[in-house]
Amino acid sequence: MKATVGRREILRGSALIGGSLALSSFFPTWARTVSSGITAPLPTVSGQDIDLTIARQSMMIDGKTFQAIGVNGTVPAPLIRLREGQRVRLRVNNRLDEDSSIHWHGLLVPPEHDGVPGVSFPGIRPGDSYLYEFDVKQNGTYWYHSHSGMQEQEGHYGPIVIDPAGPDPVQYDREHVIVLADHSPLSPAAIFRRLKVNPGHFNFQRQTLSGLLARRDQPLKERLDWGKMRMDPADVSDVTGSTYTFLVNGHGPQDNWTALFSPGERVRLRIINASAMTTFNVRIPGLTLQVVQADGQNVRPLDVDEFQIGVAETYDLVVRPADAAYTFVAEAVDRSGMARATLAPRPGMLAAVPELRKRPLATMKDMGMDMPGMEGMNMSGRGVDPSAEQNASSRLGGSANAATATSTNGKTPAGGMAEMGHSEMAGMDHGSMQEMGASSSAATGHSGHQMGSMKMRDFGNAPQVRRDPGVQTISPMPVDRMGDPGQGLEEVGHKVLVYKDLVSLERNPDVRAPSRSLDIHLTGNMERFMWSFDGQKMSAVHDPIPFTEGERVRINLINDTMMAHPIHIHGHFFELVTGHGDHSPRKHTVIVQPGGIATWDFTADAVGDWAFHCHLLYHMHAGMMRVVSVRPKGAAA
Amino acid sequence: MHNMPGMEMPAPKKVKRAETRKSTTAPAAPEKPEAAPAPAALPATVVPDHSTMDHGSMDHGSMDGMQMRDQEAVASQGDIAVSGTDQPAGSASPPPAPMDHFADRKFPAAEMAKAHAEMMQESGGQTFGAAILNIAEFQAHRGRDGYRWDGEAFYGGDINRLWVKSEGEGELRRGLDSGEVQLLYSRAIDPYFNLQVGVRQDIGPAPRRTYATIGFEGLAPGMFEVEGALFLSNKGDLIGRVEGYYDQRITQRLILQPRVEVNFSAQDIPENAIGSGISNVELGARLRYEFSRQFAPYIGVSYYRKLGDTARLARAAGEDIHATSFVAGVRFWF
Repeated sequence: MKATVGRREILRGSALIGGSLALSSFFPTWARTVSSGITAPLPTVSGQDIDLTIARQSMMIDGKTFQAIGVNGTVPAPLIRLREGQRVRLRVNNRLDEDSSIHWHGLLVPPEHDGVPGVSFPGIRPGDSYLYEFDVKQNGTYWYHSHSGMQEQEGHYGPIVIDPAGPDPVQYDREHVIVLADHSPLSPAAIFRRLKVNPGHFNFQRQTLSGLLARRDQPLKERLDWGKMRMDPADVSDVTGSTYTFLVNGHGPQDNWTALFSPGERVRLRIINASAMTTFNVRIPGLTLQVVQADGQNVRPLDVDEFQIGVAETYDLVVRPADAAYTFVAEAVDRSGMARATLAPRPGMLAAVPELRKRPLATMKDMGMDMPGMEGMNMSGRGVDPSAEQNASSRLGGSANAATATSTNGKTPAGGMAEMGHSEMAGMDHGSMQEMGASSSAATGHSGHQMGSMKMRDFGNAPQVRRDPGVQTISPMPVDRMGDPGQGLEEVGHKVLVYKDLVSLERNPDVRAPSRSLDIHLTGNMERFMWSFDGQKMSAVHDPIPFTEGERVRINLINDTMMAHPIHIHGHFFELVTGHGDHSPRKHTVIVQPGGIATWDFTADAVGDWAFHCHLLYHMHAGMMRVVSVRPKGAAA
Repeated sequence: MHNMPGMEMPAPKKVKRAETRKSTTAPAAPEKPEAAPAPAALPATVVPDHSTMDHGSMDHGSMDGMQMRDQEAVASQGDIAVSGTDQPAGSASPPPAPMDHFADRKFPAAEMAKAHAEMMQESGGQTFGAAILNIAEFQAHRGRDGYRWDGEAFYGGDINRLWVKSEGEGELRRGLDSGEVQLLYSRAIDPYFNLQVGVRQDIGPAPRRTYATIGFEGLAPGMFEVEGALFLSNKGDLIGRVEGYYDQRITQRLILQPRVEVNFSAQDIPENAIGSGISNVELGARLRYEFSRQFAPYIGVSYYRKLGDTARLARAAGEDIHATSFVAGVRFWF
């Protein structure tokens, strides 16, 4: 799997001679040359006074020019490097022709410096500037981005690294920041309109007749059953590689951004998912990934081979590469493309790129109908539709390459298990589950929800959800999915991180029992591209979700949709309720798996108004957002 | 329910994972080994091949009860401290929602009000528009070649929209045979269907009627796109139409669209050569290739037949009662 560029070029050269040299000018960029890698580090700003200027610019991705919004002339925006305990003044200048802002994602700052126009401050007018000023009270890996309009989608995002005041419990010799993103030649407004007109617009991996005849994906009966439900199990991502190029630090998969190291070093990778709409599955074939931090909070070191990172999450890893090149792969969850980078001891070295794996299909569990014996309905064993399309990054990999990519644990080849036969599951009867009555084993209590029926849209199962055309389904039997690795990662044949694995390194600062609990339903209609909480869009709700200062509350996020949603709360961290007591992992963003429940406790200790939303940006813009208010006791009325 | 490690064990797909990490996650919590339910760890180690597992015998209800007992046991033991997120939540009441916006304390209220209104508008309050031509085609049939269109445009939000629908056909070099334009208010009434009311104006050769119309359109179970409408003319005549189509994807881009349209009338309308009952049926099949989702040329065949009293009137007038056309066109939206 480790080859030098020289050998690969020779191979490509002979392939061209075998064909026609005259055709070479018609080859797409990916086939013509192999980039020797871009090793440029991220531009960095630090100190007590930092100037940031937001402006339109263009950027080069895989040899093509794209429109973008950058900060100080770069996409991603410069790395802001701070030290815990310092005070920082960030003057942000807006050179756009529209209002702008910066939100410091994961940083605990006074509400007027949180950067959400209309919630925390009025925004920054064109030509104006705003001075953000706050004490840095934490350390770890974070990021920043615009919270105005649809600017973040165009490149207005960047990393923040805060060094601890004392010694860092994580031992490492070298570090690299890896900002994952998705970039389209279409304007965000154009993408949003296409989704509203035709929510399947960007999905070129749907089930087709050719797939049925080739015995791929679902068998006929299940297709008919899902059709009856008017649900598309291939609807994994709303915006896909059909328009997105997936980026590492602003570079495309052909650009091949390269992180250098010296063999034997402990290399810390600070990974930030700054995408607009893309959940990534991240792995480095040949290396064990030691997870040491999640969302900027240290966790007990944990070895995995792969992990899923939702939009706005961060994970810090420590890897120990040998004297060889390794490919960093971040596959889009729907496998329509990948972001790719290389870790190498010397510039120009390359490793094989594993083939994109097959896109997953949603199951009945993803519809919140988890039943004994139903969990295994995974059609991956039948293979994916033969006409399914993946973006140009798919041509970087090959089956020969993938076969050589083994995990260091000496376990199965990456992707090999994905082809496991599951034909025994093919006979599952979905149809009978559609209207199953309450008398079945479905009558299990869920944190006080009485499961009335197994109907797909029974408001009796969620009385607080508004009866609205924007609510397509209500999970009749949602289950805790914090032990699930994420869509498409159930059977990859190696160790995949799950939330339940995360344990905080330090004891939680507040270990009181929550005084109350609050259910929040994540709702949507994939046919109309409507997204909301409790069946109501942000635009229709004027009251915030109220909390009293110091109050500790348990939040149950119940996903009534067939898509995963990364939910983020501003101004606070929360502790995942995953059985780890006073060492629960603390996060600012959590993926709520389709048809599942994610539960967390948090202490409402930051007085102010704060945004609370799905970080899939087009879901947020469609209305999947609320304002959360925290007021001193007695001050609310 | 949210903290039920035992719950995940029966899932066959998780068996392999559980084998590799059972030491870290399988017990309910490391702090309470005595109370950890044994079934949580056992199936994973005892049953290596998940295909032999008996999913049906697992009972969620009893698992739930097991977990509850587990928690009670731990809580009552006293010597083992339950801390942090392992504790159950209380039942305190939430505070009332505050009446103020916190940011008004730091910034001018008028500026905040404007920014707040924009934020609300940008979080679900947007409006959209699009124009979609499902049929825009040339029709070749015996002796006479014609053209036909059927499309719609809309503007509005998620629930309330203004729609314009238009369809019609004609013969090359002879002008319009029939055509209509509808202006409709459309309201989403459920996740899939819109109710539509408005007016229809015929634009073909005389008589050019005006109608009040009420109808629906949406996605029916089975992924069929359907619509139907009743039209009451300014002469008091009531007619109706039902149509539907299905997009059968052959590949990601090659799509066959079978389509059916049925027109009916409550009474004879001699001026328009329509008899009461079902007046005509059209069956079509169009095969398109989506170069993009927004531009798809197609070829197809369309069969049209007059029925009942309408057919009788046509025969009396010496006209054909049926016609088969080969069609070629473009489906697009912008």
